[in-house]
Amino acid sequence: MAFGPFLLLALMEGLVTAAVLALAAAGLSLVFGVMRVVNVAHGEFYMLGAVLAWAVTTMIPGPPALAFLAAVIIAPLLVAALAAAADGLILKRLNYDPEATIVATIGLLYILQQAALSLYGPNANPVTAPFEWRIQLPWFGYSGYKLFVVFAAGMVLLALWLFMNRTKAGLVMRATQVDRTTAQAFGINVDRVYMGTFALGAGLAALAGVLVVPIQQAQYLMGHDPLLLSFIVVIIGGLGSLRGTLIAALVIGLSDGVISMFFTPTLAKILATLLVAMVLVFRPQGLFGAKA
Amino acid sequence: MTGNSSKVWMLHLALLAVLFSAQYWLSPYNVTNLSRIMVLAVFAMGYNLAFGYTGLLSLGHALLLGAGMYAAGLPAQLWGWSAGPAFIAGIAGGGLVAAALGLLALRTAGVSFMIVTLMFAQAGYLTLLYFAPVTGGDDGFAVVATSRTLMGFDLSTDTPRFLAALMIFAVGLLASLALVRSPFGRTMVAMRENEERSRMLGYNPFTVKLAALTISGLYAGAAGAAYAILFGYVGASFATIQYSILPMLYVLLGGAGTTLGPFLGALLMFALIEAATGITTAHQFIVGAALVVLVLFAPKGILGTIRERWVRWLP
Repeated sequence: MAFGPFLLLALMEGLVTAAVLALAAAGLSLVFGVMRVVNVAHGEFYMLGAVLAWAVTTMIPGPPALAFLAAVIIAPLLVAALAAAADGLILKRLNYDPEATIVATIGLLYILQQAALSLYGPNANPVTAPFEWRIQLPWFGYSGYKLFVVFAAGMVLLALWLFMNRTKAGLVMRATQVDRTTAQAFGINVDRVYMGTFALGAGLAALAGVLVVPIQQAQYLMGHDPLLLSFIVVIIGGLGSLRGTLIAALVIGLSDGVISMFFTPTLAKILATLLVAMVLVFRPQGLFGAKA
Repeated sequence: MTGNSSKVWMLHLALLAVLFSAQYWLSPYNVTNLSRIMVLAVFAMGYNLAFGYTGLLSLGHALLLGAGMYAAGLPAQLWGWSAGPAFIAGIAGGGLVAAALGLLALRTAGVSFMIVTLMFAQAGYLTLLYFAPVTGGDDGFAVVATSRTLMGFDLSTDTPRFLAALMIFAVGLLASLALVRSPFGRTMVAMRENEERSRMLGYNPFTVKLAALTISGLYAGAAGAAYAILFGYVGASFATIQYSILPMLYVLLGGAGTTLGPFLGALLMFALIEAATGITTAHQFIVGAALVVLVLFAPKGILGTIRERWVRWLP
């Protein structure tokens, strides 16, 4: 294959990575923005989404499209419920102290990972894609499902943007983000907002996991890379900025695709982690952050 | 405080005496375990100096452990250095990397500091993987036997290994005790308690924290080098995030900001996992549950709680 088509393929792969990443990172960013909680277990919610998608599709008979549709609905809801429980049982009792919650979510990461290993096992299992199109380009064929993932992620992010900016619940969440105490004084039930935010953030990660599972198999360790990359995206994009998150996801996803294709994935990750550390040190508000 | 000075030193020396005698009443299997625990406790003591005393909650100490391990292991592997120089190289490696990390990461604080240290440690781990032909990557490499002898003693055999581990542990413990009781140790605590106020009193928080982190790195480097030499294995798996979490867990369990807490935490956690092995293989679950339970119900850890309730003179 010539260089041009090769680059195109790298960019398309990068776009799929970016789409999945944008979903997961939007969840992390939301939780970080509204609750000021760094959720280290975020990658495990993503993993649980994928594993539950496998469980749902194997349990429900019928055409793959129907089973997958069920997984898209059921898995994120289950993960969101789990996250809400974790919020009520653990995070709330810590008064959302930033450092204590990090330690607690590290603990949660270990617990969830072990639960997946014990109940689901160490093997990677595939999930059948809901449909099997191939789009034939002049140089190579490309999976239609992958393009669907990009489209679906875009739609979900649009819905999230509308939710945050056009609904009462979104307004309440933004108010809590700006000033928790004042929001409380205006009669907003901050505890419920926090629980809902944490559940929504986890649900977004789980949805990303469901979407990715027909491309990548479901495995109990699969949450590591998305966690790291989501962190990178959220930090580079600037905290609590959905637009920044989206731009950063595109930049990181595409460059990850290109660098991984032409060099090695390890080098891509080294560069990305160093970049994020340097951004935090020298430009803490993020590259696209609002605050100057 | 001064009246308790002799009591404090007696307590620490008594612990060391008990540990020394352990080689006579423990099974060889447990003596080896105890050696391992003491090496890990050195790592945790270093973590405690940064986190427990200076308030620097780092998620990147695996980088420093790995630095010490490779700074000792690579010269041994490539140029056949013997145990003494390799160990010193390991300590220096940990300190140097910690100083470099501190110069960058200490420009941030709190949550940002945690993430920056996490990211640098991750970059360090990935770099070890990237240079796998030299570092051995996740598989690592075995340290050659000639680099595991010190003054004629074969450190790969039980008794010399135990004594070497005890020696390193004793030096580390007594040094940390002396450090936290020194004026500089008080300054470290001042940074943890109120950085602004100590700045007003004329201290430079940046240099104090950088010094504390560097000392912490010397400990981590010593532990990494000791692990390489005493247990004969060097691998990138010791630079994973897991080895940044473990010292935090030990310190939280034993009691942050107590000199004996890191050892107690390492010992109890090791015993807990050992005891649970018969029942379940879910080690990670124990680690995770311990973290959650500690941070929820006992944020001061065992010795921290004991100090608060009963024994006020505990250092």
